[in-house]
Amino acid sequence: MFTYDFLQNYWWFIIALLGGLLVFLLFVQGANAMILLTGADEREKQLMVNSTGRKWEFTFTTLVTFGGAFFASFPLFYSTSFGGAYWVWILILITFVFQAVSYEFQNKTGNMLGKTAFRIFLTVNGFLAPFLIGTAVGTFFSGSDFAVDKSAAGDCLAPVISAWGNGWHGLEALANPFNLSFGLMTTGLAVCLGLLYMINNIDDDNLNRKLRRRLILFAVVFIVFFLNTGIGLLMRSGFAVAEDGTVFLEKYKYLHNFLQMPAVLAVFIAGVALVLWGLAGTLVCGRFRKGIWPAGAGTVLTVMALFMVAGYNGTAYYPSVADLQSSLTIANSCSSEFTLRTMAYVSLVIPLVLAYIIYAWHVMDRKPLTGEELENTEHKY
Amino acid sequence: MVDTALIDWSRAQFALTACYHWVFVPLTLGLAVIMAVMETIYVVKKDEFWKKAAQFWMKIFGINFAVGIATGLILEFEFGTNWSNYSWFVGDIFGAPLAIEGIFAFFMEATFVAVMFFGWNKVGKKFHLASTWLTGIGATISAFWILVANGWMQHPVGMEFNPDTVRNEMVDFWAVATNPVAVTKFFHSVLSGWMTGAVAVIGISCWYLLRKRETRFALASIRIASAVGITGTLAVMITGDMSGVHVAEYQPMKLAAAEGLMDGGQRAPFSIVPGIEIPGMLSILATHDIDGYVPGINDILDGYTDPDGNEHLSAEAKMYKGNAALKAFKEYRQLKETDNEAAMQARKILEDNMEYFGYGYIRDRNDLVPNVWLVYWPFRIMVGLGSFLLLLMIAVLFFERKGKIAGMKWLQWTALLSIPLVYLAGQAGWVVAEVGRQPWAIQDLLPVNAAVSSLGTGAVKTTFFIFVAVFTLFLAIELNIMFKAIKKGPKVDEEA
Repeated sequence: MFTYDFLQNYWWFIIALLGGLLVFLLFVQGANAMILLTGADEREKQLMVNSTGRKWEFTFTTLVTFGGAFFASFPLFYSTSFGGAYWVWILILITFVFQAVSYEFQNKTGNMLGKTAFRIFLTVNGFLAPFLIGTAVGTFFSGSDFAVDKSAAGDCLAPVISAWGNGWHGLEALANPFNLSFGLMTTGLAVCLGLLYMINNIDDDNLNRKLRRRLILFAVVFIVFFLNTGIGLLMRSGFAVAEDGTVFLEKYKYLHNFLQMPAVLAVFIAGVALVLWGLAGTLVCGRFRKGIWPAGAGTVLTVMALFMVAGYNGTAYYPSVADLQSSLTIANSCSSEFTLRTMAYVSLVIPLVLAYIIYAWHVMDRKPLTGEELENTEHKY
Repeated sequence: MVDTALIDWSRAQFALTACYHWVFVPLTLGLAVIMAVMETIYVVKKDEFWKKAAQFWMKIFGINFAVGIATGLILEFEFGTNWSNYSWFVGDIFGAPLAIEGIFAFFMEATFVAVMFFGWNKVGKKFHLASTWLTGIGATISAFWILVANGWMQHPVGMEFNPDTVRNEMVDFWAVATNPVAVTKFFHSVLSGWMTGAVAVIGISCWYLLRKRETRFALASIRIASAVGITGTLAVMITGDMSGVHVAEYQPMKLAAAEGLMDGGQRAPFSIVPGIEIPGMLSILATHDIDGYVPGINDILDGYTDPDGNEHLSAEAKMYKGNAALKAFKEYRQLKETDNEAAMQARKILEDNMEYFGYGYIRDRNDLVPNVWLVYWPFRIMVGLGSFLLLLMIAVLFFERKGKIAGMKWLQWTALLSIPLVYLAGQAGWVVAEVGRQPWAIQDLLPVNAAVSSLGTGAVKTTFFIFVAVFTLFLAIELNIMFKAIKKGPKVDEEA
């Protein structure tokens, strides 16, 4: 039953799940983007910093695990994309590095740069990380400029397996309108999720009202770019893989994928509906504070569906526009059967990990954060 | 041809990130144990003093923790960004421990560190204590998996080369996870972290003693830290000895470089510093036998026959076989679609010479010798400082138990000034391990020139300097914040 083919698909599913969780957890970034734009006084800013300050490690850890899992299951992607689209990934990493220290350092005596500098770092990471990650994921559908030649390993002087086709090393993705739209959609979503999270997590009427007002603007931004990206995706030609492994361009490939995989379509529709429910419910009803949960779950489902459309049903998930036959598919970029099987056993522990995370999260967040709690707590940011 | 400047800058960038990462990680590993022991005493004795003491060290832990995470993130992705050939060539094996590290360890750390910092008034005492321990255990498990990955690079096991997919593929996960080099490295590195945490805590506590403040807190911290530190150091010495035997067996060139041993033999001497030697000592350390044979750099390059009659090929012979393997590999790839029989013959030649595959990428036999100076001296710094710090911690514990340490200024000063030394020892250790294995990214399989990403040298140079600036800035800020926090102190004595 657990054939190589099954294991490849299983691991793409795990990658999709981790990708979905990562985008959901980008609410941390989205909330940080609002610290300076929404917080009127120090108390409000501090509430916002401390609200996500207790969750940022999850986003970070998910990013690292997403990278590790991709490395273990689809090493050719790790090698081709990270080594090729160098600048995009390096920029993403640098914004995260600044974020990692900013919580701990921003409010400490002796931080040298002052509180505002670290909050600017959080804001920059808040906007830039979702935007760049979204842009990079956009290339899963629009393609990149690279060639793969495994036989080159036999060249003792230049054994280069994956070679990028231009000196921009990934920055060229920013010149593609589809990728940009993907990035802006992700940013809009991350900010919406951040606002919904803070509405749920911070118990402060004044701030709450402001967060809701901001949500109107970013919900519009998100929906506009979501529609633009979604229509662009359904209309564009996709990178299809024939039975013999040959990659060719197929008109309306991603639309076909949705129609030929009704389960994925259902997941996608359910995901979008949940996100809209979270947004609309919060905007319409002033007392509804749980919007983050449907919107968060919806985000996980929607992103998973997008990953499945990118990789399943005979599709090259990391296509090359320079050389179609270099495109990465689930089958040609994955690890060996033995490794995928071993890692599949390891993945069985994921529900346990999720269970203790949910339990600890629940225990810590039973009561929303208040200004009083911050005043009385020994450890705060 | 791969530009040598690109290789050098890529190595420099990876070394920079790893060195900075290892500034922050050992303190995390060591402090985690010390503060968890303190909190355990608090829960058992129900004495608020211990809670405050634990909380102070947690504060120091928190300041240090974030930068360790930040540098670790870069390190993980640099395998892809800067060593992309490597990532494909061995990703089938190497990716697994990294993924397991994320799933098993990082989530544990991330979940429970939040409970540890923010949960004092939200969860019960025992749950909180468990969270503190789990934070440290998470960090330790993470160290295990990344060192499994590193150990595998030093002594690759449990895999086979597949010329169809052009990579090494895992065939035995258990062999990878229990690789003796990895297991030894794990204990050696993690317990050196205990040493680092202990020396830092003792040094800071001695500063309080010098300033005649926080005396009860300082003495209590010294007591626990020196016990943790002595335990750690003894284990570091035992695992260091085991490492020596592994290196002699699997990476003889590294050992020869660490000893500056040009011509080896039986009863090889151990060089304390150039010109001063202990006869036969290297043989004892490397083989646990005074008559054991230890090859020198020239022996390894020229080839030798050990006393058991085993022949070891010269560098030229290995390079010849490596070239044969690469040539057979190319032929196999060309022929496999058209002429199955010829392809199988090529494959047979490849398999016969696979042991020396990596040597096919070596152009000059001198490239097989690491920078001797850069391995020889760090080894002496590591061992010398490690021994000194053990004696220091024993002295500190002894005089603390005698009730005399509060009056011994010279010992307090020595302990305070020893804090940088423990970092120097740790860095030196990694220099020995990593410079010593050059030119190999993976021992005998893949040299760095065949592992590197095809990037412009300018791009890597730019990111190198960006990282220098960012990491140095973070280190400076961290130290400044830490000094301010230490100056402020835990203020437990006044409350107690």
